[in-house]
Amino acid sequence: MKELFLIAVGSAFVNNVVLSQFLGICPFLGVSKNVKTAAGMGGAVIFVITISSFFTGLIYKFVLVPLHFEYLQTIVFILVIAALVQFVEMFLKKSMPPLYEALGVYLPLITTNCAVLGVALTNVQKSYGILEGVVNGAATATGFLVAIVLMAGIREKIEYNDISESFQGTPIVLVTAGLMAIAFFGFSGLI
Amino acid sequence: MNKYTERLLNGLIKENPTFVLMLGMCPTLAVTTSAMNGIGMGLSTTVVLVLSNMLISMLRKIIPDSVRMPAFIVVVASFVTIVQFLLEGFVPSLYDSLGLYIPLIVVNCIILGRAESFASKNPVIDSIFDGIGMGLGFTVGLTSIGIVREILGAGTIFGFHVLPTSYEPITIFILAPGAFFVLAILTALQNYVKNRAKKQGKEVIEAAGCGAGCGSCGHNCGTTQAK
Repeated sequence: MKELFLIAVGSAFVNNVVLSQFLGICPFLGVSKNVKTAAGMGGAVIFVITISSFFTGLIYKFVLVPLHFEYLQTIVFILVIAALVQFVEMFLKKSMPPLYEALGVYLPLITTNCAVLGVALTNVQKSYGILEGVVNGAATATGFLVAIVLMAGIREKIEYNDISESFQGTPIVLVTAGLMAIAFFGFSGLI
Repeated sequence: MNKYTERLLNGLIKENPTFVLMLGMCPTLAVTTSAMNGIGMGLSTTVVLVLSNMLISMLRKIIPDSVRMPAFIVVVASFVTIVQFLLEGFVPSLYDSLGLYIPLIVVNCIILGRAESFASKNPVIDSIFDGIGMGLGFTVGLTSIGIVREILGAGTIFGFHVLPTSYEPITIFILAPGAFFVLAILTALQNYVKNRAKKQGKEVIEAAGCGAGCGSCGHNCGTTQAK
């Protein structure tokens, strides 16, 4: 139990997926204009990463390892993730329309989010079991949600600031991200 | 100027993936802690890009339109796996420092983007040169960011001391926040150049990557897959 908790805190805050590992930078910069869409994106990412770390863990343990096909992990994982995203989208559309309406638009964007593949590969690299992998996935995605919602909140305020012409748009967002990354260094004492 | 040099220059300067299109931001930020890592990542990506462009261009009339995205992904992922093993076998030090970001070349927007927008529509030789141009453009981008960060953060270039020993390295530049700051300044410079060009009434290529909308790339991949 204690180990799982340490994995969760470590992945969510200390090694924040966006601010210290640089995975999922694109949605972080692209979909963080307001808090509501940022939260939607974060929710969709939590959903997909948690499910995909479960399935990739399962496939790695029960298909790739017994057949000695570990070297195919990159190919298999990316295909599993792409298929899974499609499947989740169809499933949500049929059975949970309200959730689909909230997350639907973000789902296709997630296949190209490198955080999903990144988590699947990290789970293998650190030889996590399936439960640890799922906890790691959920925590990493929570870290993403925290970062993107914070960023969106700050960006909503930045809108009203007087920024020099060259720094408008992406540059000021990157500066903000840099400052947030410094703030997140504060968590490194936790573990 | 023949069309092959035109493809090379297009990738290196006119549509430079790092500075102009702003594609592939994750590796750009993550591995540029030193100039050496930048070159290593850039060249690995170039190899994958050239080979995948070549194969996809060869297969462009065979792959059915409806499954082309999964097919491209399989091609790219296979080459990435090959490159990963070559690096692990021959340059283990680079393999260790790039780590997770080598398999993540698969999801690099540049590669799928070029496959979709160029290699699937053009002959083999053209696609190879397009791959070389884009790959070198990416390598130049990563290496120059790596050089800036390495000089400021450690006072060295490619591991050689270039600044006097009295220089106190600003360590933050080789840590995570430094990546954001360096890239912020680079994009600001780029905005400055663009704004000036716009005022003079010149045509400007807009960024295709983040900021402007990685949406365009992600959306592209996502919707085509949905078919």
